[in-house]
Amino acid sequence: MNSLFEYLLRIGDDSLILGQRLSELCGHGPILEEDIATTNISLDLIGQATNLLTYAAEVENLGRDADNLAFMRIDREYKNVVLVEQPNGDFGDTMMRQFLFDAFRKLFFERLQQSKDGQLAAIAEKSLKETRYHLKHSSEWVIRLGDGTEESHSRIQNSLNTLWRYRAELFFMDEVDNELINKGIAVDLKTFRNEYDSFVSTILNEATLNPPAQNWEFGSGRKGKHSEHLGHLLAEMQYMQRTYPNMEW
Amino acid sequence: MVTEEKIWKILEQVSDPEIPVLTISDLGIIRGIEKYDESFKIKITPTYSGCPAMRVIETEIEAALKKEKITDFTIETVLSPAWTTDWLSENGRQKLAEYGIAPPVNEPDKSILFADAPAVSCPICHSPNTKMISLFGSTACKAHYQCNSCLEPFDYFKCLK
Repeated sequence: MNSLFEYLLRIGDDSLILGQRLSELCGHGPILEEDIATTNISLDLIGQATNLLTYAAEVENLGRDADNLAFMRIDREYKNVVLVEQPNGDFGDTMMRQFLFDAFRKLFFERLQQSKDGQLAAIAEKSLKETRYHLKHSSEWVIRLGDGTEESHSRIQNSLNTLWRYRAELFFMDEVDNELINKGIAVDLKTFRNEYDSFVSTILNEATLNPPAQNWEFGSGRKGKHSEHLGHLLAEMQYMQRTYPNMEW
Repeated sequence: MVTEEKIWKILEQVSDPEIPVLTISDLGIIRGIEKYDESFKIKITPTYSGCPAMRVIETEIEAALKKEKITDFTIETVLSPAWTTDWLSENGRQKLAEYGIAPPVNEPDKSILFADAPAVSCPICHSPNTKMISLFGSTACKAHYQCNSCLEPFDYFKCLK
Protein backbone atom coordinates (compact mmCIF):
# COMPACT_ATOMS: atom_id res chain seq x y z
CA MET A 1 0.00 0.00 0.00
CA ASN A 2 1.15 3.51 -0.82
CA SER A 3 0.85 5.31 2.51
CA LEU A 4 0.99 8.85 1.16
CA PHE A 5 -1.78 8.06 -1.33
CA GLU A 6 -3.89 6.60 1.45
CA TYR A 7 -3.22 9.60 3.70
CA LEU A 8 -4.22 12.05 0.96
CA LEU A 9 -7.45 10.13 0.36
CA ARG A 10 -8.33 10.38 4.03
CA ILE A 11 -7.91 14.15 4.17
CA GLY A 12 -9.29 14.71 0.68
CA ASP A 13 -12.38 12.54 1.20
CA ASP A 14 -13.23 14.36 4.45
CA SER A 15 -13.32 17.60 2.43
CA LEU A 16 -15.11 16.09 -0.54
CA ILE A 17 -17.90 14.32 1.33
CA LEU A 18 -18.61 17.21 3.71
CA GLY A 19 -18.49 19.60 0.75
CA GLN A 20 -21.04 17.45 -1.09
CA ARG A 21 -23.27 17.29 2.01
CA LEU A 22 -23.25 21.06 2.44
CA SER A 23 -23.94 21.60 -1.26
CA GLU A 24 -27.29 19.87 -0.72
CA LEU A 25 -28.32 23.04 1.10
CA CYS A 26 -27.85 25.18 -2.00
CA GLY A 27 -31.29 26.73 -2.48
CA HIS A 28 -32.55 25.00 0.68
CA GLY A 29 -30.81 26.92 3.48
CA PRO A 30 -32.96 27.99 6.45
CA ILE A 31 -32.40 31.66 5.64
CA LEU A 32 -30.77 33.32 2.64
CA GLU A 33 -27.57 34.28 4.49
CA GLU A 34 -27.03 30.73 5.71
CA ASP A 35 -27.83 29.30 2.31
CA ILE A 36 -24.99 31.44 0.98
CA ALA A 37 -22.69 30.69 3.93
CA THR A 38 -23.05 26.90 3.79
CA THR A 39 -22.53 26.82 0.03
CA ASN A 40 -19.48 29.08 0.38
CA ILE A 41 -18.04 26.63 2.91
CA SER A 42 -18.95 23.78 0.59
CA LEU A 43 -17.05 25.50 -2.21
CA ASP A 44 -13.94 25.89 -0.05
CA LEU A 45 -14.11 22.21 0.93
CA ILE A 46 -14.55 21.02 -2.65
CA GLY A 47 -11.62 23.24 -3.65
CA GLN A 48 -9.50 21.62 -0.93
CA ALA A 49 -10.64 18.19 -2.11
CA THR A 50 -9.62 19.08 -5.66
CA ASN A 51 -6.12 20.03 -4.48
CA LEU A 52 -5.76 16.93 -2.31
CA LEU A 53 -7.15 14.43 -4.81
CA THR A 54 -5.16 15.94 -7.68
CA TYR A 55 -2.05 15.37 -5.61
CA ALA A 56 -3.24 11.87 -4.61
CA ALA A 57 -3.67 10.93 -8.26
CA GLU A 58 -0.19 12.24 -9.00
CA VAL A 59 1.30 10.23 -6.12
CA GLU A 60 -0.58 7.09 -7.18
CA ASN A 61 0.65 7.54 -10.75
CA LEU A 62 -1.75 5.09 -12.36
CA GLY A 63 -3.27 7.48 -14.86
CA ARG A 64 -6.25 8.45 -12.71
CA ASP A 65 -7.09 12.10 -12.08
CA ALA A 66 -8.94 13.97 -9.33
CA ASP A 67 -12.32 13.56 -11.06
CA ASN A 68 -11.73 9.88 -11.44
CA LEU A 69 -10.96 9.54 -7.73
CA ALA A 70 -13.92 11.68 -6.73
CA PHE A 71 -16.53 10.11 -8.94
CA MET A 72 -15.53 6.57 -9.90
CA ARG A 73 -14.66 4.83 -6.65
CA ILE A 74 -17.07 2.57 -4.79
CA ASP A 75 -18.15 3.27 -1.21
CA ARG A 76 -15.56 1.03 0.47
CA GLU A 77 -12.81 2.96 -1.27
CA TYR A 78 -13.75 6.26 0.39
CA LYS A 79 -11.67 6.98 3.50
CA ASN A 80 -13.53 9.89 5.08
CA VAL A 81 -14.62 9.79 8.71
CA VAL A 82 -18.20 8.71 9.28
CA LEU A 83 -18.99 12.09 10.90
CA VAL A 84 -18.88 14.02 7.61
CA GLU A 85 -21.29 11.73 5.76
CA GLN A 86 -24.04 12.13 8.39
CA PRO A 87 -27.15 13.77 6.93
CA ASN A 88 -27.78 17.50 7.23
CA GLY A 89 -30.81 16.90 9.47
CA ASP A 90 -32.00 20.18 10.95
CA PHE A 91 -29.81 23.27 11.08
CA GLY A 92 -28.57 22.29 14.55
CA ASP A 93 -27.34 18.94 13.20
CA THR A 94 -25.60 20.67 10.29
CA MET A 95 -23.85 23.19 12.53
CA MET A 96 -22.87 20.71 15.25
CA ARG A 97 -21.36 18.34 12.67
CA GLN A 98 -19.51 21.29 11.15
CA PHE A 99 -18.28 22.53 14.53
CA LEU A 100 -16.88 19.15 15.64
CA PHE A 101 -15.12 18.88 12.27
CA ASP A 102 -13.86 22.48 11.93
CA ALA A 103 -12.37 22.45 15.43
CA PHE A 104 -10.35 19.39 14.43
CA ARG A 105 -9.39 20.70 11.02
CA LYS A 106 -8.02 24.00 12.30
CA LEU A 107 -5.66 22.31 14.75
CA PHE A 108 -4.76 19.68 12.15
CA PHE A 109 -3.90 22.12 9.34
CA GLU A 110 -1.90 24.31 11.73
CA ARG A 111 0.39 21.32 12.23
CA LEU A 112 0.27 19.93 8.71
CA GLN A 113 1.76 23.23 7.49
CA GLN A 114 5.07 21.97 8.92
CA SER A 115 4.95 18.77 6.84
CA LYS A 116 8.18 17.87 5.08
CA ASP A 117 6.10 17.14 2.01
CA GLY A 118 6.06 20.54 0.27
CA GLN A 119 2.80 20.09 -1.62
CA LEU A 120 0.95 18.84 1.45
CA ALA A 121 2.30 21.75 3.49
CA ALA A 122 1.16 24.20 0.79
CA ILE A 123 -2.36 22.74 0.70
CA ALA A 124 -2.52 22.91 4.51
CA GLU A 125 -1.36 26.53 4.57
CA LYS A 126 -4.02 27.47 2.03
CA SER A 127 -6.83 25.45 3.64
CA LEU A 128 -6.10 26.74 7.14
CA LYS A 129 -7.02 30.30 6.22
CA GLU A 130 -10.43 29.14 5.02
CA THR A 131 -10.95 26.78 7.95
CA ARG A 132 -10.54 29.64 10.45
CA TYR A 133 -13.58 31.33 8.91
CA HIS A 134 -15.55 28.08 8.94
CA LEU A 135 -14.77 27.47 12.61
CA LYS A 136 -15.72 30.99 13.61
CA HIS A 137 -19.03 30.56 11.80
CA SER A 138 -19.89 27.12 13.22
CA SER A 139 -18.78 27.99 16.78
CA GLU A 140 -20.96 31.08 16.79
CA TRP A 141 -23.96 29.09 15.63
CA VAL A 142 -23.46 26.38 18.24
CA ILE A 143 -23.45 29.10 20.91
CA ARG A 144 -26.34 31.01 19.39
CA LEU A 145 -28.55 27.91 19.15
CA GLY A 146 -27.45 26.34 22.44
CA ASP A 147 -27.82 29.54 24.45
CA GLY A 148 -30.85 30.60 22.45
CA THR A 149 -34.50 29.67 22.91
CA GLU A 150 -35.81 26.61 24.70
CA GLU A 151 -36.58 25.04 21.33
CA SER A 152 -33.19 25.78 19.73
CA HIS A 153 -31.41 24.60 22.89
CA SER A 154 -33.20 21.27 23.04
CA ARG A 155 -32.74 20.64 19.33
CA ILE A 156 -29.02 21.31 19.22
CA GLN A 157 -28.58 19.33 22.45
CA ASN A 158 -30.14 16.43 20.51
CA SER A 159 -27.68 17.03 17.66
CA LEU A 160 -24.82 16.87 20.13
CA ASN A 161 -26.18 13.65 21.65
CA THR A 162 -26.31 12.05 18.21
CA LEU A 163 -23.00 13.28 16.80
CA TRP A 164 -20.79 13.07 19.89
CA ARG A 165 -19.93 9.39 19.28
CA TYR A 166 -18.35 10.20 15.91
CA ARG A 167 -15.75 12.74 17.00
CA ALA A 168 -13.21 10.21 18.27
CA GLU A 169 -12.67 8.84 14.78
CA LEU A 170 -11.13 12.15 13.76
CA PHE A 171 -8.15 11.03 15.86
CA PHE A 172 -7.89 7.55 14.32
CA MET A 173 -4.32 6.54 13.45
CA ASP A 174 -2.79 3.36 12.10
CA GLU A 175 0.34 2.17 10.25
CA VAL A 176 -0.31 4.68 7.45
CA ASP A 177 0.07 7.55 9.90
CA ASN A 178 2.94 5.97 11.77
CA GLU A 179 5.03 5.47 8.66
CA LEU A 180 4.46 9.06 7.52
CA ILE A 181 4.97 10.53 11.00
CA ASN A 182 8.41 8.91 11.00
CA LYS A 183 9.18 10.61 7.71
CA GLY A 184 8.01 13.99 9.04
CA ILE A 185 5.13 14.08 6.55
CA ALA A 186 2.05 13.33 8.67
CA VAL A 187 0.74 14.91 11.86
CA ASP A 188 0.72 12.88 15.08
CA LEU A 189 -2.91 13.44 16.03
CA LYS A 190 -2.31 12.52 19.67
CA THR A 191 -0.37 15.76 20.10
CA PHE A 192 -3.47 17.92 19.94
CA ARG A 193 -6.28 15.71 21.28
CA ASN A 194 -6.27 17.56 24.62
CA GLU A 195 -6.31 20.90 22.93
CA TYR A 196 -9.26 19.78 20.81
CA ASP A 197 -11.22 18.46 23.78
CA SER A 198 -10.65 21.60 25.78
CA PHE A 199 -11.59 23.91 22.90
CA VAL A 200 -14.78 21.94 22.22
CA SER A 201 -15.77 21.99 25.86
CA THR A 202 -15.17 25.76 26.10
CA ILE A 203 -17.60 26.36 23.26
CA LEU A 204 -20.14 23.84 24.57
CA ASN A 205 -20.02 25.50 28.02
CA GLU A 206 -20.60 28.88 26.47
CA ALA A 207 -23.52 27.31 24.57
CA THR A 208 -24.91 25.81 27.82
CA LEU A 209 -24.75 22.35 26.21
CA ASN A 210 -23.66 19.13 27.89
CA PRO A 211 -21.98 16.23 26.12
CA PRO A 212 -23.98 13.02 26.57
CA ALA A 213 -22.86 10.69 29.36
CA GLN A 214 -22.42 7.76 26.98
CA ASN A 215 -18.82 7.41 26.05
CA TRP A 216 -18.88 4.82 23.33
CA GLU A 217 -17.25 5.69 20.09
CA PHE A 218 -18.13 4.81 16.58
CA GLY A 219 -16.47 5.12 13.23
CA SER A 220 -14.45 3.02 10.82
CA GLY A 221 -14.54 5.24 7.76
CA ARG A 222 -10.75 5.43 7.63
CA LYS A 223 -10.85 1.71 6.84
CA GLY A 224 -13.59 2.15 4.26
CA LYS A 225 -16.47 0.98 6.43
CA HIS A 226 -19.23 3.54 6.33
CA SER A 227 -22.71 4.23 7.56
CA GLU A 228 -25.63 3.63 5.23
CA HIS A 229 -25.75 7.36 4.46
CA LEU A 230 -22.61 7.37 2.31
CA GLY A 231 -24.08 5.12 -0.37
CA HIS A 232 -27.02 7.44 -0.91
CA LEU A 233 -24.75 10.46 -1.05
CA LEU A 234 -22.51 8.76 -3.62
CA ALA A 235 -25.48 7.72 -5.74
CA GLU A 236 -26.36 11.36 -6.18
CA MET A 237 -22.80 12.67 -6.45
CA GLN A 238 -21.67 10.08 -8.98
CA TYR A 239 -24.80 10.01 -11.10
CA MET A 240 -23.51 12.09 -14.02
CA GLN A 241 -20.11 10.38 -14.29
CA ARG A 242 -21.66 6.93 -14.04
CA THR A 243 -24.30 7.75 -16.63
CA TYR A 244 -21.97 9.57 -19.04
CA PRO A 245 -18.49 8.22 -18.25
CA ASN A 246 -15.65 10.69 -18.82
CA MET A 247 -17.95 13.59 -19.53
CA GLU A 248 -16.46 17.04 -18.97
CA TRP A 249 -18.04 20.44 -18.57
CA MET B 1 11.88 40.01 -28.59
CA VAL B 2 9.29 39.23 -25.96
CA THR B 3 10.40 40.05 -22.44
CA GLU B 4 8.94 39.28 -19.00
CA GLU B 5 8.02 42.98 -18.72
CA LYS B 6 5.99 42.74 -21.90
CA ILE B 7 4.06 39.75 -20.48
CA TRP B 8 3.40 41.62 -17.23
CA LYS B 9 2.07 44.56 -19.27
CA ILE B 10 -0.30 42.32 -21.21
CA LEU B 11 -1.54 40.57 -18.08
CA GLU B 12 -2.25 43.93 -16.45
CA GLN B 13 -5.13 44.21 -18.92
CA VAL B 14 -6.79 40.96 -17.86
CA SER B 15 -9.68 41.55 -15.45
CA ASP B 16 -11.06 39.33 -12.75
CA PRO B 17 -14.26 37.68 -14.04
CA GLU B 18 -16.12 38.07 -10.75
CA ILE B 19 -14.99 41.60 -9.88
CA PRO B 20 -14.33 43.03 -13.35
CA VAL B 21 -13.18 46.37 -11.96
CA LEU B 22 -10.02 44.64 -10.72
CA THR B 23 -7.28 43.26 -12.92
CA ILE B 24 -5.57 40.04 -11.97
CA SER B 25 -2.44 42.00 -11.16
CA ASP B 26 -4.41 44.31 -8.82
CA LEU B 27 -5.53 41.15 -7.04
CA GLY B 28 -1.97 39.93 -6.69
CA ILE B 29 -2.66 36.48 -8.06
CA ILE B 30 0.12 36.51 -10.66
CA ARG B 31 3.00 35.11 -8.64
CA GLY B 32 5.75 35.21 -11.21
CA ILE B 33 6.75 35.03 -14.84
CA GLU B 34 9.75 32.94 -15.74
CA LYS B 35 11.54 32.87 -19.05
CA TYR B 36 13.08 29.72 -20.51
CA ASP B 37 14.77 30.39 -23.86
CA GLU B 38 11.78 31.41 -25.93
CA SER B 39 9.03 30.09 -23.67
CA PHE B 40 7.42 31.48 -20.55
CA LYS B 41 5.98 30.02 -17.41
CA ILE B 42 3.26 32.10 -15.76
CA LYS B 43 2.55 31.29 -12.13
CA ILE B 44 -0.85 32.11 -10.68
CA THR B 45 -2.39 31.39 -7.28
CA PRO B 46 -6.07 31.11 -6.28
CA THR B 47 -7.60 33.49 -3.75
CA TYR B 48 -9.59 30.60 -2.17
CA SER B 49 -9.12 26.86 -2.76
CA GLY B 50 -12.46 26.56 -4.51
CA CYS B 51 -12.35 29.84 -6.42
CA PRO B 52 -14.43 29.04 -9.52
CA ALA B 53 -12.86 31.92 -11.44
CA MET B 54 -9.47 30.22 -11.84
CA ARG B 55 -10.32 28.36 -15.05
CA VAL B 56 -11.78 31.48 -16.60
CA ILE B 57 -8.72 33.47 -15.59
CA GLU B 58 -6.45 30.92 -17.28
CA THR B 59 -8.53 31.10 -20.45
CA GLU B 60 -8.37 34.88 -20.40
CA ILE B 61 -4.61 34.90 -19.90
CA GLU B 62 -4.30 32.57 -22.88
CA ALA B 63 -6.53 34.75 -25.01
CA ALA B 64 -4.69 37.95 -24.06
CA LEU B 65 -1.29 36.48 -24.90
CA LYS B 66 -2.42 34.87 -28.15
CA LYS B 67 -3.84 38.20 -29.24
CA GLU B 68 -0.27 39.54 -29.00
CA LYS B 69 0.96 36.53 -30.99
CA ILE B 70 2.61 34.97 -27.94
CA THR B 71 1.93 31.23 -28.01
CA ASP B 72 4.88 29.57 -26.28
CA PHE B 73 3.85 29.60 -22.61
CA THR B 74 2.47 27.45 -19.81
CA ILE B 75 0.34 28.47 -16.85
CA GLU B 76 1.05 26.87 -13.51
CA THR B 77 -1.09 27.11 -10.38
CA VAL B 78 0.95 27.44 -7.19
CA LEU B 79 -0.50 27.23 -3.67
CA SER B 80 2.36 28.46 -1.53
CA PRO B 81 2.85 31.10 -0.27
CA ALA B 82 -0.91 31.22 0.16
CA TRP B 83 -2.69 34.28 -1.18
CA THR B 84 -3.49 37.03 1.29
CA THR B 85 -5.46 40.25 0.95
CA ASP B 86 -2.19 42.06 1.76
CA TRP B 87 -1.33 41.46 -1.90
CA LEU B 88 -4.20 43.60 -3.14
CA SER B 89 -2.65 46.67 -4.72
CA GLU B 90 -3.33 50.19 -3.41
CA ASN B 91 -4.87 50.99 -6.77
CA GLY B 92 -7.02 47.87 -6.50
CA ARG B 93 -8.32 48.92 -3.07
CA GLN B 94 -9.36 52.29 -4.43
CA LYS B 95 -11.08 50.74 -7.42
CA LEU B 96 -12.97 48.35 -5.14
CA ALA B 97 -14.27 51.20 -2.98
CA GLU B 98 -15.37 53.20 -6.04
CA TYR B 99 -17.12 50.10 -7.36
CA GLY B 100 -19.14 49.79 -4.12
CA ILE B 101 -17.19 46.97 -2.43
CA ALA B 102 -15.53 47.91 0.85
CA PRO B 103 -11.82 46.97 0.65
CA PRO B 104 -10.28 44.78 3.39
CA VAL B 105 -9.35 46.45 6.66
CA ASN B 106 -6.76 45.12 9.03
CA GLU B 107 -8.53 42.52 11.13
CA PRO B 108 -7.44 40.80 14.29
CA ASP B 109 -6.23 37.24 13.91
CA LYS B 110 -9.10 34.89 13.11
CA SER B 111 -8.02 32.65 15.96
CA ILE B 112 -9.55 35.22 18.30
CA LEU B 113 -12.96 33.65 18.05
CA PHE B 114 -15.21 36.23 19.59
CA ALA B 115 -13.59 39.35 18.29
CA ASP B 116 -16.05 41.99 17.10
CA ALA B 117 -16.72 42.17 13.41
CA PRO B 118 -14.22 44.55 11.77
CA ALA B 119 -15.32 48.16 11.52
CA VAL B 120 -15.91 48.75 7.84
CA SER B 121 -17.03 52.07 6.36
CA CYS B 122 -19.92 52.16 3.94
CA PRO B 123 -18.53 52.44 0.39
CA ILE B 124 -21.62 54.40 -0.69
CA CYS B 125 -22.19 57.10 1.98
CA HIS B 126 -18.85 56.58 3.83
CA SER B 127 -20.54 56.30 7.22
CA PRO B 128 -18.49 54.27 9.72
CA ASN B 129 -21.74 53.07 11.30
CA THR B 130 -22.26 49.68 9.64
CA LYS B 131 -23.05 46.13 10.73
CA MET B 132 -22.02 42.72 9.52
CA ILE B 133 -24.95 40.65 8.23
CA SER B 134 -23.01 37.52 7.37
CA LEU B 135 -19.40 36.39 7.31
CA PHE B 136 -20.07 34.88 3.88
CA GLY B 137 -21.18 36.85 0.85
CA SER B 138 -21.79 36.65 -2.87
CA THR B 139 -18.35 35.15 -3.59
CA ALA B 140 -15.83 33.24 -1.49
CA CYS B 141 -13.80 36.40 -0.88
CA LYS B 142 -16.60 38.62 0.40
CA ALA B 143 -18.70 39.18 3.53
CA HIS B 144 -22.12 40.80 3.61
CA TYR B 145 -22.61 44.13 5.43
CA GLN B 146 -25.29 46.75 5.81
CA CYS B 147 -24.92 50.47 6.44
CA ASN B 148 -26.86 51.73 9.49
CA SER B 149 -26.89 55.29 8.12
CA CYS B 150 -28.01 54.96 4.51
CA LEU B 151 -29.37 51.41 5.06
CA GLU B 152 -27.80 50.12 1.83
CA PRO B 153 -26.48 46.57 1.89
CA PHE B 154 -22.95 46.20 0.55
CA ASP B 155 -20.15 43.69 0.00
CA TYR B 156 -16.99 43.72 2.05
CA PHE B 157 -13.88 42.14 0.57
CA LYS B 158 -12.89 40.21 3.67
CA CYS B 159 -9.43 40.10 5.10
CA LEU B 160 -7.52 36.87 4.51
CA LYS B 161 -4.24 36.35 6.32
